[in-house]
Amino acid sequence: MKVLLKNAFLIDPQVELNIKGDLLIEDGVISKIDTSIKENVDEIFDLKNLVVVPGFADAHVHLREPGREDEETVQSGIEAGMNGGFSALCCMPNTEPAIDCAEVVTFVKDRAANSLVDVYPIGAVTKKREGKELALLGEMYEAGVVGFSDDGDPISTSKIMKYALEYSSMFDLPIIEHCEDKSLTENGVMNESINSTKFGLPPHPSLAEVIIALRDIAILRYTGGKLHLAHISAKETVEVLRLAKKEGLNITGEVTPHHFSLTDDAVENYDTNTKVNPPLRTQQDVNALIEALKDGTIDIIASDHAPHSIEEKEWEYIYAPFGMIGLETSIGLTLTKLYHSKILSIEEIIYKMSINPRKIFKLKEAVIKPGAAANLTILDLEKEWIVDKFSFKSKSINTPFHGWKLKGKSAGVINNSKFFFENKLIDLI
Amino acid sequence: MLSSRHLLGLYGVPKKDIELILDTAKTFREIIERPIKKVPTLQGKTVVNLFFESSTRTRISFELAEKRLSADVLNFSASTSSLTKGETLKDTVRNIEAMKIDMVVIRHSAAGSPHYLTQLIDANVINAGDGTHEHPTQALLDMYTIREKIGRIEGLNVCIVGDISHSRVAMSNIFGLLTMGANVAVCGPKTMIPKDIDKLGVMVFTKIDDAIKFADVLNILRIQLERGAASNFPSLREYHRLFGITKERLLKHKKDILIMHPGPINRGVELSSDVADGSNSVILEQVTNGVAVRMAVLYLIGTRTEEN
Repeated sequence: MKVLLKNAFLIDPQVELNIKGDLLIEDGVISKIDTSIKENVDEIFDLKNLVVVPGFADAHVHLREPGREDEETVQSGIEAGMNGGFSALCCMPNTEPAIDCAEVVTFVKDRAANSLVDVYPIGAVTKKREGKELALLGEMYEAGVVGFSDDGDPISTSKIMKYALEYSSMFDLPIIEHCEDKSLTENGVMNESINSTKFGLPPHPSLAEVIIALRDIAILRYTGGKLHLAHISAKETVEVLRLAKKEGLNITGEVTPHHFSLTDDAVENYDTNTKVNPPLRTQQDVNALIEALKDGTIDIIASDHAPHSIEEKEWEYIYAPFGMIGLETSIGLTLTKLYHSKILSIEEIIYKMSINPRKIFKLKEAVIKPGAAANLTILDLEKEWIVDKFSFKSKSINTPFHGWKLKGKSAGVINNSKFFFENKLIDLI
Repeated sequence: MLSSRHLLGLYGVPKKDIELILDTAKTFREIIERPIKKVPTLQGKTVVNLFFESSTRTRISFELAEKRLSADVLNFSASTSSLTKGETLKDTVRNIEAMKIDMVVIRHSAAGSPHYLTQLIDANVINAGDGTHEHPTQALLDMYTIREKIGRIEGLNVCIVGDISHSRVAMSNIFGLLTMGANVAVCGPKTMIPKDIDKLGVMVFTKIDDAIKFADVLNILRIQLERGAASNFPSLREYHRLFGITKERLLKHKKDILIMHPGPINRGVELSSDVADGSNSVILEQVTNGVAVRMAVLYLIGTRTEEN
């Protein structure tokens, strides 16, 4: 099947592409790029005022299957991802059972087979995520994981972290760390600050994050391997990451849209959708995260999409679980807060949301050049829209952004010879 | 008239509201000295005391206040949080509200529960203590007592001593006293002083003698042993040595200081018995004033809707 995308802005910094033109796709493969293509095709899509970029990848999501299919399934996660503008998702292993062996990796991959969105499981570092002994990292590598993490919890001890970095280096895969010294965050539900004092909520200090980051960096220096710091929220962590990179260590970092879009002021109404781990921090932290995005200290933007049922979130703040969904607001928040505020260029956003996550986790490449498989995200940079959680494709609606006015949205995704556009899924073969 | 139909805390409550409550409480204080202490003000209104956390003093004080205003009173106690019962707070209160009630007085271990309640039900909500957040009626009765004893709040130096980080009483006092123009300080072990509390505009002392030197009023908090406070310092004996209020300490500074405590007292820990029962202590008067202040709050909130 021949499909012609017409009148789009085609941008891919990997091949120095930045033109207004047409893109021809034949049986799911890019066959021609030019300012104007005239060809007999099966279908033409006019993408006037839209921007075609390499397919975005969300490197940090929770799909809840197996175990909590009421909150999200691999399939509903794929639909949310597609609706949000992603052609790849990396899913965390804190499922029930945990993704800690080849069978569960294969189960998740099978669930995602033949989908527009590629799903890449991340394996647990320790068996059952209990922090006691290494999980079957080699077996999971062979089954297709793209990294290892005990996310939701930090890697329990220095010894396990040392082993994890040493062992995973054999497969050249990163250890993804949830930085939290649990002895400092016991019962803590929000950032320790003037606000936790005012709201009377148990504190969760930024100190807990930086202590584990420092520990892990020291171990990384000793062992080698690859370390990726997930959902960085605190300015102190940014500082130590910056120094570690300067030193030449193999370390990368990630930020979520909610951590650069909100501060702990948002907790004031005790909306449990603002309860996330790590917690929302102060404006100084937000400023540091933005600075780190600008100077390249933070490599990627990932949503930490964490679905929870209404029943679980409808509790008093201290009892509700941590987490908010993010797949369907990630691009909107990033474009609103970073692109339209002139903090990052569209090319820099492409690096943070496509090129870097694909490189760090060795995902399938997405590049706009003839001969490459069409793996694309289509953006409407100027679209103003109101977040409506009830229109989401995720099974959960736990977002504090409902009702927010955003500027910039995904308009479609192409991957695996499938095209999601105007709420329809079209086969390109 | 009060600016809000609920009393969730004292943060952001305007000065005129606090003054109105304190002035109204004065009238009720007179009433409870009469042989017949009951008035028909809230006749026909139903108030539910929703206590998810054990409390004897506050619950009795509220119940007495409600009965003296002739309200119909319903008591609901859960030994622990609703979570352990398997029923959500939402279901619990919606069920109770379905029985057509007008006001809810809530005590809960989770900060923000009264705020959450206002999103679930139409009844007026009064916070009787939520976690380590606020306990507004306690702070109001403290301010009433200060005003009654010294004649003013504005310009006074008030120091809150003890376990600030676990104390809802401290937070409400800080918010209320600052609004009323007092100079507020806190004093306690560094491990019990919440981060950045000075940003609220309060001074921080870690030496009790400095606090005594500063203060016209010492509001001494209870060490909340049940909230794990004992792990914040090495021993109760050491706490008493460093922060306990004793007669010798007060005499050293030769000052006439008002001694307050929300109770129950850990005698020999926060303050020695001779201070607790001494002439500067107004601890029992606080309890009496508590009923009058709660009558004032119930009256002002309970009749507000009708006036609207």
